[in-house]
Amino acid sequence: MKKAKQLFAGLILMALGLGTAQAEYTLNLMKGVTKVSHDIYDLHMLILWICVFIGIGVFGTMFYSIYHHRKSRGHQAAQFHENTTVEIIWTIIPTLILVGMAIPATKAMMELDDVQASEMSIKVTGHQWKWEYEYLDNGIHFFSSLDEASNKVRQVGSGLDPRSVPNYLLNVDKPLVIPTKKKIRFVFTSKDVIHSWWVPDLGWKKDTNPGFINESWTSVDEPGTYRGQCTELCGKDHGFMPIVVIAMDEPDYNAWVEQQKAAMAAEAGSASKQWTTEELVAKGKAVYDTNCSSCHMADGAGLPGTFPAIKASPVVTGDINAQVKLMLNGKGMMPAFGKMLSAVDFAAVVAYTRNGLGNSVGDSIQPSAIQTLQSASPAAD
Amino acid sequence: MSAVVAEHDDHHEHDHGPAKGLLRWVITTNHKDIGTLYLLFALAMFFVGGTMAMIIRAELFEPGMQFVNPQFFNSMTTMHALVMVFGAVMPAFVGLANWMIPMMIGAPDMALPRMNNMSFWLLVAGVLLLASTLFMEGGAPAGGWTLYPPLVLQTGKALPFAIFSVHLLGISSIMGAINIIATIFNMRAPGMTLMKMPMFVWTWLITAFLLIAIMPVFAGAVTMLLTDKFFHTSFFDAAGGGDPVLYQHIFWFFGHPEVYVMILPTFGVASTIIPVFARKPLFGYSSMVYATAAIAFLSFIVWAHHMFTVGMPIAGELYFMYATMLIAIPTGVKVFNWTATMWKGAMTFETPMLFSIAFVVLFTMGGFTGLMMSVAPSDFQYHDTYFIVAHFHYTLVPASVFILMAAGYFWLPKWTGHMYDERIGQLHFWLSVVSVNILFFPQHFLGLAGMPRRIPDYAVQFADWNMISSIGGFIFGASQLLFLYIVIDTIKGGTGEKVTDEVWEDAAKHSLEWTLPSPPPYHTFTTPPTVIPTEHI
Repeated sequence: MKKAKQLFAGLILMALGLGTAQAEYTLNLMKGVTKVSHDIYDLHMLILWICVFIGIGVFGTMFYSIYHHRKSRGHQAAQFHENTTVEIIWTIIPTLILVGMAIPATKAMMELDDVQASEMSIKVTGHQWKWEYEYLDNGIHFFSSLDEASNKVRQVGSGLDPRSVPNYLLNVDKPLVIPTKKKIRFVFTSKDVIHSWWVPDLGWKKDTNPGFINESWTSVDEPGTYRGQCTELCGKDHGFMPIVVIAMDEPDYNAWVEQQKAAMAAEAGSASKQWTTEELVAKGKAVYDTNCSSCHMADGAGLPGTFPAIKASPVVTGDINAQVKLMLNGKGMMPAFGKMLSAVDFAAVVAYTRNGLGNSVGDSIQPSAIQTLQSASPAAD
Repeated sequence: MSAVVAEHDDHHEHDHGPAKGLLRWVITTNHKDIGTLYLLFALAMFFVGGTMAMIIRAELFEPGMQFVNPQFFNSMTTMHALVMVFGAVMPAFVGLANWMIPMMIGAPDMALPRMNNMSFWLLVAGVLLLASTLFMEGGAPAGGWTLYPPLVLQTGKALPFAIFSVHLLGISSIMGAINIIATIFNMRAPGMTLMKMPMFVWTWLITAFLLIAIMPVFAGAVTMLLTDKFFHTSFFDAAGGGDPVLYQHIFWFFGHPEVYVMILPTFGVASTIIPVFARKPLFGYSSMVYATAAIAFLSFIVWAHHMFTVGMPIAGELYFMYATMLIAIPTGVKVFNWTATMWKGAMTFETPMLFSIAFVVLFTMGGFTGLMMSVAPSDFQYHDTYFIVAHFHYTLVPASVFILMAAGYFWLPKWTGHMYDERIGQLHFWLSVVSVNILFFPQHFLGLAGMPRRIPDYAVQFADWNMISSIGGFIFGASQLLFLYIVIDTIKGGTGEKVTDEVWEDAAKHSLEWTLPSPPPYHTFTTPPTVIPTEHI
C-alpha cells in the first residue's frame, strides 16, 4: 500500500516536473564534493535552463497555434510559406546562444584536463570484475570487490531482499582511501576489457583501456564516503563492480597508511609458516567466493559453454602443479592470478577447489611454495 | 539536370498483375510488393525487439535478480538494439521509400527492381542469422550493440555469425541505397525538378548517400574484429601494437551518421504529414532541404562525442564539443519551420497528425538532452548513464517510431483502399504518448542520480523510478498490439468506408500519390504525370 502511494506520488511529481527533497525520488544531478564537480553542476544547470527557456518558447507557440488555429474553430489557413528574414533570425540567435554556452564549457574542460602539479598518484586497474588500486608513492596495493552481503543477495533467484543490505551493490570489501585537500592524480589502465571508473561526487568518469594509460585528477575538500560504479559494459558482472572512495583528513589518512603497511608485513610473514590442508581449505572458501565464483559459480558448477565447472574438473582433480601453473598464468578468459592473490590466499583457494566444491583430492600446496613460483613466474612481472 | 526516363514502350497492351500464390512474394520485383514485405518484416521485428525490451524492463522492475542471469541480460540489451536498429526502424523506412518514392516522383517502379528483391531477402537472411545466435553455445552477443573489443571478442560461438550478419545487413542497405539514388536521379516525371521533390524524397536521397558512405566502414570494422579473433591480427590489441580505442573511432564514424539514417527520413515524413493537416504549405521548403543536408554533413565530423571519456587530448575534446553543438542549429531550423507550418493553419487532429505533433515535441526534448551532452565536461557525468538511455530513446521511440506509426495511419488508406478505425487509432496514440513518457522520462532522473546503463541490477535508491519506468514500458508494449490490430483490420476492410483517391482533404495538392486511385493499381505511372503538385514547396 505504501509502495502504491509512493508510486502515485512519484507519478504526480513527474507530471508536475517539481523538485523534491525526498531522497527516493532524486531528480537532478548531484553537486558533488570537488571544485570540478561544482563547475560541471553549474554548467549543467545553465544549459538546462537555456533548454527550458527555449522549450517554453517553442512549445508555447506550438500549443497556442494548436488551440487557436484549428479547423473546428473555423480558422482559415493562411498560405504564407517562406520568409528569408525569419530563417536568418532563427539561425543566428541559436548560434549566439551556443557561443555563450561554449565559453564556460571550454573553461571547465581545460580545468578537468589539467593533471599538472599533483601531490600524489594512484594507479587504478580494471579487472573483470573488480578494481585494483596501487598507491604509486608508498607501495600500498590491493584489490577491491563487491562486498559479500551484496554478492549473496544479487545471485539470480536468491530470494533475499536487497533493501536489507546497507548500500546494496554500492559497497566493497576494501575501499580506496584518499587524503582530503590534496591534488591526487589517477592513472587508469585495464588488465582485460575496457572499464570506466566513475564516482559521481568527484564529477567525472574515465575509461580504463587495456595497454594504455589515461589520467585524471581530483581534490576533495570534505572527509566522507563517496560511492560509484563501473560505467563501461565489461561483461557479465559489469553491474557488480562498485567503487567506494573514503576521503580522510591528513592525520587519519597517515594512520591508515601505517596500518596498511603493518598488515602487508604480517601477510608476508604468514606465507612462510607451515599450513595444514584443513587450515587452507577453511580460508579458501572466502577467497573463492570473491575471486572465482562469478565465473565458476558459487557451487563450482560453472556455466556450460562459457566457464568450465570446478566440480570433477580434470585440471582440478589432476596434477596440483599443473593447476597452480594455469592459475598463475591464466588461460583465455581466465585471468592470471599470480599477481592478484597473496601467496596464502592462492594456496588456500587451490586447497579449497581440490578439497571442496564436491572434489576430494586430499592434497594442498604450501604458501611458501607459491611465493617461490610467484617470484619466478613471468606473470608476476 | 534531370535525366527523365519515361518508360512508354516497355509495357504491352495488357496490364501485368502479380504472380499467383505465395511465390508472388518471393520473386516479386514490384516496388509496392517489396515495400509491403519490408514494412511487415519491420513490424514483426518491432515486436521481437519489443519483447526483448519487456524482458529488460521486467528484470529492472525491482532491485535484485529475479528472472534472467546477467549474461543473458546483456544479450538482451545488445540484441534489442541490433534488432530494433537493423531489423525494425531501418527496414521500415526502406519499406516506406519503396512504396512512396516512385509514386511521389511519378515513376513506374524503382530503377533496379531485381536488386530491390535481393536487398529485401538479404535483409531477412541477415536478421535470421543474427537471431540464430540466441540459440548458440555461449549465447548471443552480449557486449552491447557497439560491439566494442576486447569485450566482444569474449563472445562464444556466436561472434562470426553476428559479424557475417552485419555484412549481409550492410550489403542489403547499400543495395537499397543505390536503388533509391538511381530511382530519384533517373526516374522523376518531367517537370519534377530536384527542388520540387517532396521532402520525404529529399530526406531519403540524403540518407541514401549517408548509407553508402558508412556501411562499408562498419563492415570493415567488424571484419577487423573477425581477423583479430581468428587470424591473429592485432588491430585492436595493444599487445600486438593495436589500440582498442581505434575500433571506437571507426565504429562511431559509422555510428553517428547511422543514427541520422534513422532520423532524416523521420523528418521527411513529418514534413509531409504536418502541411496536409495544417492545410498550409510546408514553411521554408528550401531551408528544410539545406538544413537536412547540413545535418548530414555534420554527422560525419562529430563522432567522438560518443567517446568524451575514452581519454582524448584536450584539442580533440574541444573540437568534438564545438562541432557537436553546431548540430543544434540546423535541427533548430527544422523544429522552427514545423512550428511555422502549423502557425495560422486550419488544423485537424487525425491520428497521423497527432503522432506527428508528438514527434515534434518529444524529439525536441531528445534534442535538448543532446545539446546538454554535447558539452564535454558535463558529459563526463552523463556518459554511459540512464541519462543517455533516455536521450536516445527520446530521439528514436517517440521520434522515429512515432513517425513510422504516423506514416502507417497516413498511407494505409492509400495502400489498402480501406479506412482505419479513427477511434482505435486515437486510443493507440494517447496510450502510446502517455506511456512512452512514463517509460523514458524517469530515466533522465535515474541517470543524473548515478545509475549506469547496461546493468541488470541496481542500488535500492534507484528502485522507485525504475518501477515507474517499467510500468510505462509494459503499457507502451501492450499498446502497440492495438497498432497490430489496426493494421490487420484495415487490410481486411477497416471501417468499410470507401476512401477517395485523396483520402485527406486536398492532399493531392501536396504530393502525386494522392492523384492515384486508392488502392493504387499494381503498376502506376506507366506514363508519367503531367501536372506536378507544388503545394509543399
